[in-house]
Amino acid sequence: MTTPLLAIEGLTKTYPGVIANQDVSFTIGEGEIHALLGENGAGKSTLVKAIYGLIRPDAGRMLWRGAPYAPAAPHEARATGVAMVFQHFSLFEAMDVAENVALGMDNPPPIRQLAANIAQVSTDYGLPLDPHRLVGDLSAGERQRVEIIRCLLQNPQLLIMDEPTSVLTPQEVEILFQTLRKLRGEGRSILYISHKLDEIRALCETATILRRGALVASCDPREKSARELAEMMVGTALQPPERAGRTEGEVLLQVTGLNLRAPSAFGTSLKDVSLSVRAGEILGIGGVAGNGQDELLAALSGEMRSAHQAITVKGEPVGRSGPNTRRALGLLCAPEERLGHAAAPDMSLTENALLTGAWREKLVRGGFVDWARARAFAEKVIQRFDVRTPGPDVAARALSGGNLQKFVIGREIMQRPQVLVVNQPTWGVDAAAAAAIRQALMDLAQGGAAVVLISQDLDELLTVADRFCALNAGRLSAPRPVAGLSMEQVGLMLGGAGDMEVAADTAAETLAQTRSGAVHAEA
Amino acid sequence: MLRLERRPQPSRAWVWAAPLLAVVLTMLAGGVLFAALGKDPVAAIRLIFWDPLFSQQFAAFSRPQLLVKAAPLILIAIGLAIGFRAGIWNIGAEGQYIIGALCAAAVAMAFFPSGPTDVRFLGLEFTMDSAPSRWWLFPLMVAAGAAGGFAWAMIPAILKTRFNTNEILVSLLLVYVAEKLLAAAAVGWLRSPEGAGFPGSRNLSRFPEAANLELIPNTGMHWGVVAAIIAVIFGYILLHRHMLGFHVQLAGQAPRAARFAGVAPARLVIFCLGLSGLMAGLAGMFEVAGPARMISIDFNVGYGFVAIIVAFLGRLHPVGILLAGFLMALTYIGGELAQFTLGLPSAAIQVFQGMLLFFLLALDMLSNYRIRLTSREVTP
Repeated sequence: MTTPLLAIEGLTKTYPGVIANQDVSFTIGEGEIHALLGENGAGKSTLVKAIYGLIRPDAGRMLWRGAPYAPAAPHEARATGVAMVFQHFSLFEAMDVAENVALGMDNPPPIRQLAANIAQVSTDYGLPLDPHRLVGDLSAGERQRVEIIRCLLQNPQLLIMDEPTSVLTPQEVEILFQTLRKLRGEGRSILYISHKLDEIRALCETATILRRGALVASCDPREKSARELAEMMVGTALQPPERAGRTEGEVLLQVTGLNLRAPSAFGTSLKDVSLSVRAGEILGIGGVAGNGQDELLAALSGEMRSAHQAITVKGEPVGRSGPNTRRALGLLCAPEERLGHAAAPDMSLTENALLTGAWREKLVRGGFVDWARARAFAEKVIQRFDVRTPGPDVAARALSGGNLQKFVIGREIMQRPQVLVVNQPTWGVDAAAAAAIRQALMDLAQGGAAVVLISQDLDELLTVADRFCALNAGRLSAPRPVAGLSMEQVGLMLGGAGDMEVAADTAAETLAQTRSGAVHAEA
Repeated sequence: MLRLERRPQPSRAWVWAAPLLAVVLTMLAGGVLFAALGKDPVAAIRLIFWDPLFSQQFAAFSRPQLLVKAAPLILIAIGLAIGFRAGIWNIGAEGQYIIGALCAAAVAMAFFPSGPTDVRFLGLEFTMDSAPSRWWLFPLMVAAGAAGGFAWAMIPAILKTRFNTNEILVSLLLVYVAEKLLAAAAVGWLRSPEGAGFPGSRNLSRFPEAANLELIPNTGMHWGVVAAIIAVIFGYILLHRHMLGFHVQLAGQAPRAARFAGVAPARLVIFCLGLSGLMAGLAGMFEVAGPARMISIDFNVGYGFVAIIVAFLGRLHPVGILLAGFLMALTYIGGELAQFTLGLPSAAIQVFQGMLLFFLLALDMLSNYRIRLTSREVTP
């Protein structure tokens, strides 16, 4: 057997009160795309941080091609040949691509030469990118390419990618996969972190699955079904979201020709948005973040006012009404940003329950807060939605993302909405919590409410929604029934398709070329 | 290596321990300062914190003074704290205090009985008694003081909501405008006709219906103290029991969540600035009708600014402000005592008071962060 590129042996890392990694051992071979699977909090991030030199493990060791490997800092990891693309980009919007790449390098070459290198790498790997464009003007997919190219310029042997596809359209995902396969063809290895099981099955040949910090299985994901993988991750049998036959009722929410100027230079204006949702129906709105999702939610919640007739709830115009008037009519919302928007981070769960539940749950009498009732309401949400927390007095920021999300969604659902608008309800939420939230949304629709689900997760939209439309640059496409909709059609609806096709062609061409185009690396 | 680590939630213990520790550190650092000035640090600290309350020699005079000085500080600080909780920074309470006093004094002067005082001066007091009782005058002055402070605070409020100006700058600069108006009043339109040309208004203590007299003799207890106590109770109920107070805190902590909860930011600005201006105006009214007795050029002594320290020292919490107001008043009275018995320069006393805020703000960090000793470990 050949020496693996990286062997991890008995790696353990504990934080006060939490075992992040416990005795984890696995190997990554040369030229292998290795999946690291696990729920949020399973210890994936800690593990890759150890590999990238951001933290030092308490016990265990790592071997790089058989030699001991213990990076004390990321630059040592980079010098060895490890590169990492983070889930959240660290780019400066006001600088161009080449400048951003230079900032991330230990010894950047002159900017002109660097720009040439970037152009070279981007054509070699089918990642179209103009080094002189401002990052602020790039799409999420293009920004990711900046990060990937920054890594590739270091000529890495091991590329770590943390949830790389969470912000990409299906076409962009395909381009990325072609790039990754090309890298594998060159003998490089990739450690691929994701919880999108279909992707892993399409891309990876080995998978290491973590649960609560410990390794539970290593397998070939191509031999397992997505469901088997998910059950290994979660440790219990997963219930796929289910819904009995639906009965569609009257139109509860109607938006007609909604135009709204962006509140800031970095916002997106809504342009002639129209939609209608009936009782018992879930309307899915897809699109890459930054295409007007936040603005649409603000327009529906009442945080941004529009023409009075542009939005009606049960026939009643509410465009100029504030959030609480709309809540009284049964239109409730759950924004994407949990901390700071849907919930106040430093306030207790009781106070956060009061935040939107004040009037509908009668937590206020004559202007005075009934704290006992507010607390009881918070406890009800915690219990019904299985929010893991010591109690309602805990500050919102102390909860994990998934638990707070369950609380925030639960808070709205418990108020028996007639129309519920949710933005990214399962973003950064672990699989079990995501399944619970999706099920709750479907139950709500089943009970006769109209649900608008804004999400970037296409799998989620296609499993949960009845009709699908895409939000692109502030415009909403006409809805189409989800049944019979293919991924490709969805991708085209999401827009920017022309650009993507060009990119895909370039990628295909470069694949066809010989592999003479070695990376011009500046280590 | 020392490292600051964010706490998962704010430490309750530190929220209350920080002001106490700040007082102790101020005493220590102040002691060093006084020693450097060649004074006995222990005696100076004792003179500031202990003698005003318990010494045979000074307490009889100092204790009532404590109430007199603490009341306006508390009254103003409660109003400011509500705004500060909402993230609305009224720095100009001093100006609102002055305008409140001017308005109240103007009302009193309008009804000042010019005849009877002369008569009373001659010993014929019955003329006063025969006049119809003007019981409504004092309430009218209270209303005028409140309205004056409110109106003065509306200037930064409206400029902020309409033109998005910075309320910190506008309210602060209006203090200097108010001081000019005060000077103009003292030498001009409110000057006493009997003052022989000296600046300053008539003396309100000579006009019982308009005077804010001691309710219990020799205690310092006047209507302003009652108002301060009511303000503490009002502030507590508003912040902790009422929806409006919840929205105030929400807006301060998470503005976006506040809008989501249905808070209209402009209305909140008007409310918070208006309320703090109103309370500062009230404080000015009680002061001019009571301890100050008249409008003079140097009528204001900085209560509006010191109240900012009081508000923070009291953790923006009404009960905390009550305690902080007394502590601050104590350092004032004790500071004066130290000035004339030990000959400490007044600047040293001001530095001493400044230290209190300095240490408090520094220690404040500990309620949200903890200090950790760490081995070398690189974080992203």
